[in-house]
Amino acid sequence: MAIPRFWREIPSRYNLYGSKCGHCGTLDFPPRTVCPECGRRSIGKMESVKLSGRGTVVSWTVIHDAPAAYEMMKPYVLAIVEMEEGCRVTSQIVDVDRAAVKIGMRVEAAFRRLGSEGDAGVIHYGYKFRPST
Amino acid sequence: MRGGLARREVAVIGIGETAFGELWDKSFRDLGIEAGLLAIEDSGITAQDLDAIYVGNMSAGKFIEQEHVSALVADYSGLADQHLPTVRIEGGGACGAIAILQGAMAIASGVHDIVVVGGAEKMTDVADARAGEILSATADQEWESVFGATFAGLYAMMARRHMYEHGTTREQMAQVAVKNHKNGSLNPNAQFQKEITIDTVLKSGWVAEPLTVFDSAPLSDGAAAVVLCAMDRARKFTDTPVRLLGSGQARDFLALHDRRDLTTIDATVVAGKRAFHTASLTPQSVKVAEVHDNFTISEIMAIEDLRFVKKGLGGMATEDGETALNAKISVNTSGGLKARGQPVGAVGIAQAVEVVRQLRGEAGKRQVQGAEVGLTHTLGGTGATAVVHLYGRVN
Repeated sequence: MAIPRFWREIPSRYNLYGSKCGHCGTLDFPPRTVCPECGRRSIGKMESVKLSGRGTVVSWTVIHDAPAAYEMMKPYVLAIVEMEEGCRVTSQIVDVDRAAVKIGMRVEAAFRRLGSEGDAGVIHYGYKFRPST
Repeated sequence: MRGGLARREVAVIGIGETAFGELWDKSFRDLGIEAGLLAIEDSGITAQDLDAIYVGNMSAGKFIEQEHVSALVADYSGLADQHLPTVRIEGGGACGAIAILQGAMAIASGVHDIVVVGGAEKMTDVADARAGEILSATADQEWESVFGATFAGLYAMMARRHMYEHGTTREQMAQVAVKNHKNGSLNPNAQFQKEITIDTVLKSGWVAEPLTVFDSAPLSDGAAAVVLCAMDRARKFTDTPVRLLGSGQARDFLALHDRRDLTTIDATVVAGKRAFHTASLTPQSVKVAEVHDNFTISEIMAIEDLRFVKKGLGGMATEDGETALNAKISVNTSGGLKARGQPVGAVGIAQAVEVVRQLRGEAGKRQVQGAEVGLTHTLGGTGATAVVHLYGRVN
């Protein structure tokens, strides 16, 4: 896959930049051009905002059957996390005892390696989550 | 109008399907043509009667590196010199069901009188892991898959949340697989024709917890086709036309995490309401249904979201046998995606083939008694697309 495909997502993947609708205040991650709540009233009013990185596990799984690029990580915990700003994201939970993962668990974003383009290709990074207090 | 199909009535006058399975000696084109010709033969039409072809296909480009499959199908069906308009429809797992809707709309509007709608997928020409990646491509590549989400993993998170909110158990999910394998054992075209037990499901390897290998539909090759005809011309070709009573298609957010509720596929709820509204029917009138059981949890959510049972009671209803053959409502009599097989592009069409067979009274050992109305329910991705069709006997 071309390198720019990963570069252009860096603000959101590295620093959790989402968008806030200037009309209704709803926060979306990743950033949207149009607010799903307000439609055309939001066009041109979407502001860039950085998420705190703190959230709560809504659901989770342990992936045993992984794509080739994630073979080295398996089994790994994947979760949907509700951020304290209200939007939800999907990523892995790391630095955790699998037996301790549960719905409602508090987590925080951590900067991690997501994968690479084969043995000699570009390595791409982004957020995963780890337990927080 | 977002549901619909009322202007001119549409009938299914021909059905055809291949066996489903790991069919190494058959190519994509072999399968598509086999199903199409069976449907045309069943309908009694000739090439000159045909106005257009609609093809449901998820990802021939990735599975067999062939694009432009609408032209391929018309060509190898021997129809190249008819110069028919052919359309290929995408939509993840729902592409076949959308193709039926598009074909039916062309007839309902008066543009066409007779169309063939086919669907095919050739999934076993790539390694299993690659096939899994291709299926995952119907989820959000940039904001789910890149973070390690797999197709099964996303459904597993729906299952986990369903267990948490509604008390659904792994045994109840396993019962979906047990029932569908039992139905599959009565279907000579099914990929799996052996019965299994709850233990088979619970003790098979994890794919994504809490889902095991036997909670998951297989990778399959196969094709299916139907011939659709304006009802006012249907009697010329067949004594047993089956009427398309109503249809609904609905979409939702592409990524699972953006949806309102992880335990409900809102697209199914809306598509179902649109179809029932158009047909002036209620879920209670349906006696036979083919629903999208790509994972066991999917069937439990489908029977809830289609209002066959109350939200949260899908697992219990399955455990109590309410969805078994000739019980309260016969669900996935073909074996479903789980046992009949999951050649993605063919799924929505194969569901229609099974329901039409049931309504005609041609389902053999798995015949549902007294079925007047049948339903098909097909999902794309993790529920970003849902399509519901209602079919009825013509008396």
